[in-house]
Amino acid sequence: MLHNKKTLAALFAAASMMSANAFSGELVINTDTSDPAPKAAFEALIAGFEAENPDVSVTWNLFDHEGYKTSIRNFLTADAPDLANWYAGNRMLPYVNAGLFEPVDDVWAANGLNDSLASAAASMTIDGKKWGVPYTYYNWGVYYRQDIFEANNIEVPTDWAGLMAAGETLKAAGVTPITIGTKYLWTAGGVFDYLNLRTNGYDFHMALTKGEVSWTDDRVRATMANWKELIDADFFLADHAAYSWQEALAPMIQGKAAMYVMGNFAVAPLRDAGLTDDQLGFFQFPVIDASIPVAEEAPTDTMHIPANAKNKVDAKRFLAYLARADVQTEINATLGQLPINSGSSVSDDKFLQAGYEMLSNTDGGIAQFFDRDAPAEMASAGMEGFQEFMVKPDRLDAILERLEKTRKRVYK
Amino acid sequence: MRDYWRANQQRLAPVLFLLPGLLMFLVYVVVPIFQSVSISFYAWDGLGEKEYVGIANYVELMDDEAFYTSLKNNVIWLVLYMLAIPAGLFVALFLNQNVRGIRIYKSLFFFPFVISQVVVGLVFSWFYDPSYGLFNKILEFFGADPIAILADEDWVTYGIIIAGLWPQTAYCMILYLTGLNAVDSEQIEAARLDNAKGLKLLWYIILPQLRPATFIAMVVTIIGALRSFDLVSIMTNGGPWGSSRVLAFYMYEQAFSEYGFRMGYGAAIAVVLFAIMMIYIASFLYKMYRDERGH
Repeated sequence: MLHNKKTLAALFAAASMMSANAFSGELVINTDTSDPAPKAAFEALIAGFEAENPDVSVTWNLFDHEGYKTSIRNFLTADAPDLANWYAGNRMLPYVNAGLFEPVDDVWAANGLNDSLASAAASMTIDGKKWGVPYTYYNWGVYYRQDIFEANNIEVPTDWAGLMAAGETLKAAGVTPITIGTKYLWTAGGVFDYLNLRTNGYDFHMALTKGEVSWTDDRVRATMANWKELIDADFFLADHAAYSWQEALAPMIQGKAAMYVMGNFAVAPLRDAGLTDDQLGFFQFPVIDASIPVAEEAPTDTMHIPANAKNKVDAKRFLAYLARADVQTEINATLGQLPINSGSSVSDDKFLQAGYEMLSNTDGGIAQFFDRDAPAEMASAGMEGFQEFMVKPDRLDAILERLEKTRKRVYK
Repeated sequence: MRDYWRANQQRLAPVLFLLPGLLMFLVYVVVPIFQSVSISFYAWDGLGEKEYVGIANYVELMDDEAFYTSLKNNVIWLVLYMLAIPAGLFVALFLNQNVRGIRIYKSLFFFPFVISQVVVGLVFSWFYDPSYGLFNKILEFFGADPIAILADEDWVTYGIIIAGLWPQTAYCMILYLTGLNAVDSEQIEAARLDNAKGLKLLWYIILPQLRPATFIAMVVTIIGALRSFDLVSIMTNGGPWGSSRVLAFYMYEQAFSEYGFRMGYGAAIAVVLFAIMMIYIASFLYKMYRDERGH
């Protein structure tokens, strides 16, 4: 802790030396954290930073979540803030390649982040440099209605046969086994990720998203065959292409559907809708092939300094603050997600504890998410294909050939 | 100087008045057209360096299923959107009467055009919603199975067009209502004396006088159909699996959306869309020019 304070003091001194400049003390932050929990977390984060650094006043621009994804391109080039949040992995690649993000290796070195944030270091590194500071991640898995499972005497499935049996029992009871809303496509990407990780393992999944394997490969077909089993058995919510992921929560809340393959952020709206912790449960996505080490999906959210930022000195102080163990503990307790810093503690929330334990015991590798592991064009074509496959599984060959064509063009 | 101004005032004044408008038109319309055409010959992610690829973007476009889907949908839009014109005429004729409070009825019929397209899109998405939407409640009432219009690749485009026709009909209606104000009542009286009535009166006496209104209604409807974007974006986001895309939306998706980093390809789509619009608009302008000369 003392070490941290010293470096902060050093940074502070460096900052005050430059404070003759007019811009000093003003920090502009752009984020898309507009949902209630993330918004509260950032309010607390910024207030905490300002309390510790009274010489800095923060201007915070809050963007709508979907709109942010397109506006970030404009503000990074034209009117850059001093800090912006984004995602790790391939999602930040276009901005790194275009020289729009500032490398922050010095922040990592000065604050011992190479140790404390080691778990996320790989996903923050491109061309040997670190391009931001990760502050949160969350597990994916299956969220389910514990009470409905108990009422129908269903065991929590740990393998494929168990999942199929659970689904059949639920169907017999008039409950849709799995709810999903694929209108915005990415939810289907989550299901594909898990099926592929369980069927072929982490290394194959990564090779596929990096474009090293053909989409018409037999191993991809094996994944799709497993998916088709779920589709043919009518496990998924009908008309899912008409719903967003939030709209697909409704059947689960009403007890008309029992499972949802989702990230931990789904817990907050489910609780807000009145589900108690006795009704709502979580389990790890069932194992399909026991010979394959179990891999998980855990996307990381990050903060970056744009290359065109005006006040990089204070921005780096903010990143150092954001990376601190106690700060990450606090912000993630509000977010309902997991801290990256190994010195942080996870809040004693049931789902966070379950997710944390699951990820700590994952030895098969941790993927980001389909649209963060694959480049943008491949991701959009892929997820569109998954949605089509979920409604028209007979078109598998045409879909895979289309994806293969996209792959050949995207990865040159 | 002063003498020159005095001598040429008549000639210079219109030029001076036109200048600001022409300048705007040049900077915001003409120059971007040429810029788009030039970008369409590059591979560019909008952030880094441009790379010249010749006509590669167009070659790829010719072999792109999604492009043909969008083109087909654009044609469907173009044809079905024309229904707004007779529908607008019908409503205008219906409202063109003097009863108490007619102004309120007129403004109510005009209302859908005033509200934002985003709102229209949302209202219709709820209308079509497979679980609680009014449309499926009606189907249910008649014993039919529910159809998820916006998640069905065969229905989705028609569903969106119907949503689009609602405000477009109101637009055509207002054009015809103003046109009807200008209809010469003496001609109608004369026709009445010659025992013309009903459809014949409409066809031979009223419609010819509404030609300017019809012309404008045609132009705005064609342009409206070709630039249909907001409803697609709001109601389906191009889905399911891209089957409700139109060219304008596909261009946006390729160039500016969440996963779109292909400015060159987007520009190529824009150029094609522009060419289609030019064919229509040029033929209309030519027809108008011919009609004017005929007088």
